[in-house]
Amino acid sequence: MTSQQSLLEAISIGKRFGGFVALEAVDIAIRPGERLGLIGPNGSGKSTLVNCLSGATSSDAGTIRFDGRPIEQLPAHKRTHLGIVRTFQIPLPFTSMTVVENLTIPLRFAARHHPEAKATESDIDQALLILEDVGLRHKAYESSAGLTQVELRKLELARAVAARPKLLIADETMAGLSYSEVDEIISLLFKLNDQGIAIIMIEHIMRAVMAFSQRVVVLVAGRKIADDVTDVVMNNAEVVRAYLGE
Amino acid sequence: MVTFNLLLNAVVTGILLGGFYAAVTIGITIAFGMLDIVNIAHPVFIIMGSFIAYIVNRKFGVDPILTVVVASPLFFMLGIAIFRFYYAAFESSGKGSLRGLAFFFGILFVIEVTLLLAFGVDYRLVQTSYIGPNVGFGHVDLPLRMVVPFVGSIAMVSGLHIFFSHTFVGRAIMAVAQDEFALSLMAVDTVAIKQLAFGIAIATGAIAGGFLIVIQPVDPSLGREYIGRVFAICVLGGMGSITGTVIAAFILGVVETITSTLFGPSWAPAVSFTALLLTLAVRPSGIMGR
Amino acid sequence: MRRIPSWIWPVVVAVFILALSRLVENEYYMFAGYVVLQYVVLASAWNILGGYAGYVNFGSAAFFAIGAYGTVVIDKLLEPPLVVAILFGGIVASLVGLVTAYLTLRLRGAFFAIATLALAIVLQTLVTNWDFVGGPLGVYTIRPESIAGFPSYVNYLFVVMLVLALIAVLVARAIEISFIGRGLAAIRDNELAAECCGVPTLRLKVFATMLSGGLMGMAGAPFPYYITYLDPNSAFSIAYGINSIAMPLIGGMTHWIGPVIGAVLLAVIQQVATVTISSELNLMIVGVLLISFITLAPNGIVGLFESYRQQRHRRPST
Repeated sequence: MTSQQSLLEAISIGKRFGGFVALEAVDIAIRPGERLGLIGPNGSGKSTLVNCLSGATSSDAGTIRFDGRPIEQLPAHKRTHLGIVRTFQIPLPFTSMTVVENLTIPLRFAARHHPEAKATESDIDQALLILEDVGLRHKAYESSAGLTQVELRKLELARAVAARPKLLIADETMAGLSYSEVDEIISLLFKLNDQGIAIIMIEHIMRAVMAFSQRVVVLVAGRKIADDVTDVVMNNAEVVRAYLGE
Repeated sequence: MVTFNLLLNAVVTGILLGGFYAAVTIGITIAFGMLDIVNIAHPVFIIMGSFIAYIVNRKFGVDPILTVVVASPLFFMLGIAIFRFYYAAFESSGKGSLRGLAFFFGILFVIEVTLLLAFGVDYRLVQTSYIGPNVGFGHVDLPLRMVVPFVGSIAMVSGLHIFFSHTFVGRAIMAVAQDEFALSLMAVDTVAIKQLAFGIAIATGAIAGGFLIVIQPVDPSLGREYIGRVFAICVLGGMGSITGTVIAAFILGVVETITSTLFGPSWAPAVSFTALLLTLAVRPSGIMGR
Repeated sequence: MRRIPSWIWPVVVAVFILALSRLVENEYYMFAGYVVLQYVVLASAWNILGGYAGYVNFGSAAFFAIGAYGTVVIDKLLEPPLVVAILFGGIVASLVGLVTAYLTLRLRGAFFAIATLALAIVLQTLVTNWDFVGGPLGVYTIRPESIAGFPSYVNYLFVVMLVLALIAVLVARAIEISFIGRGLAAIRDNELAAECCGVPTLRLKVFATMLSGGLMGMAGAPFPYYITYLDPNSAFSIAYGINSIAMPLIGGMTHWIGPVIGAVLLAVIQQVATVTISSELNLMIVGVLLISFITLAPNGIVGLFESYRQQRHRRPST
């Protein structure tokens, strides 16, 4: 795709940890409102890539443009202000706060930076609406420390939504969940995508990736080996080999 | 007047001191560098060792270094006891770091004041055959009271280096330091290993106390001078690295001694702490850091 | 009936104490009260960074001493009124906080704590070697005989510290309920998540350090007049370091009233202990209380009170 079309465009991203090369010349791009799956065996660099895109780590090489602006030098919180939001593999709730209070943080610190997202409701009201959307409204005033796994994942997503993202990077939100819980999260992600949010889904659960993604990017040992429409990628011999072995 | 002789002696004395500093710091290298426990109370265990050596030396005339080596199993067990308490009370909960810090801070004071109440504010010293005489090598005049602890320190630190790199238990400790989660998945009792490591850390502190009281007279509040020094050396040396600790300890010992010689002893504390601040600001991973 | 805003209470209490101070004739209470109020400032200031943001500062003595020695320096140069010295101390301490924070707050909390300790010792060494302020022997400050509007200069110092304590408490409260306080709480709970939620973590931490340090500096500024003989050991006393941690911890770190409770409680206990038993025992008492609370009641007295209230809520009324 051309630069004008993409919401996020990362070119030739490289990252090393000491002698270990985590990422090598990885290109990845996503259009506004697109649903992109990012897969790869364990240790292939998916999380590192997410960290580099979101700013949690700084990349050693490559450029990242968001909405046309270069963002490699920006700290993570500024990228969130621009509209790149990520969730964490292991949920990181603000444990001293209630569920609804958790959402007031991104509402206050990130959402305010979007002129389009000016809302007339108070932070709490906006938070409650989002909780309604993800199905956590009934737990709004409970401590976030006592939630179940699937509830924690939903809170992660709710908190990400509260930041009013243009791009949401969902890092293994479904790991370890039951069949029906996975379905819940998938439909939630579709709902968010309907609202116009571009989503990068990082997952090992293949049926989720195939059901959700329009396009799939595959990373193996720090390099991109495939980047195409879902069906094409899933039938790619190299991809199958990477996952199932020789 | 600063002569070459003076400087040479300062450098050599600094090296002797550096060796001792390595022994003092190794406990923090283990506790903080490897186990991520900010045991800010480590120096009081050193002082405890010094005072035990003092008592035994006073009452029975036993060599202080011998005393602390013999007493080290007790300190080992004390370390295990403290770790178990620390682990049960703090590490399992989320907010370990602040509470753990405050806990050790409290321990620091309780022990220091106990020593103060028991022994008063006076400096205590020991009597041995090697406190007093010097040994000379050409231009250099070395006080034996520094040489003997230096030898002991190097022996202890080398022994620990071998322990950590060549024994099963030692390598298990290093493994825990690197990736505790992975290790626990391999059905290794990581708590038992950490407990063991912490016990060793405290025991080394006590032994270092024996060296300390040979080098200089000790009073209960002397530990405070060492808090910053040990963390400075540990951070400068790259946290969990024993080799790094030794190198950093030598550097600090020499720089401190030269500063003392050229500018006066009242400037010496500033050396280690400024080194610490600069390291943290510029290269927090230290010399040998990952 | 409209709810009374909570900031009224500290003001009311302060006015009450002010009125009392006019009636009390025994100067001992002024001296003792000054110390208690000083700790209210130190504890409240410490808690802004320590309790709200979760970053432990071991070097409170450094910021306090900057205020104290700042007064010595500015007195030698200008002989200004006390208020100017207080502002001066606060600003210098705040700038030192800025530099320290910027250099070390990118690292984990443990490293920051160690850096603050190092800072205290470096500063003490510098001051000990600085002849202009008397070096290790210290310096005498002549306490003025009297000052207009107050029965004695000591009384004046007491009132000054009372005002500082009120300011510190109101500032802490304002921070706590503001968006800054929410941001600091997010940092405390999980800094990485906070950053990714859009919280400018470095900026907030630096701000909190500057504010905290500045307030501590202001608390130290009148100290030379109080103690009349100032030397590095008294200015950099370890008591400031341990008390600024123990008081908020024991009182409760999540609410602005916690440091006040902790300061009053511990300072009074220590005053009584000094007079009746010995001053060494002070640190022992603080150390023991610190360990007890951190193990058994980590949320402090405020926390105990909150859980008591929650218990009562759950029980059906009989």
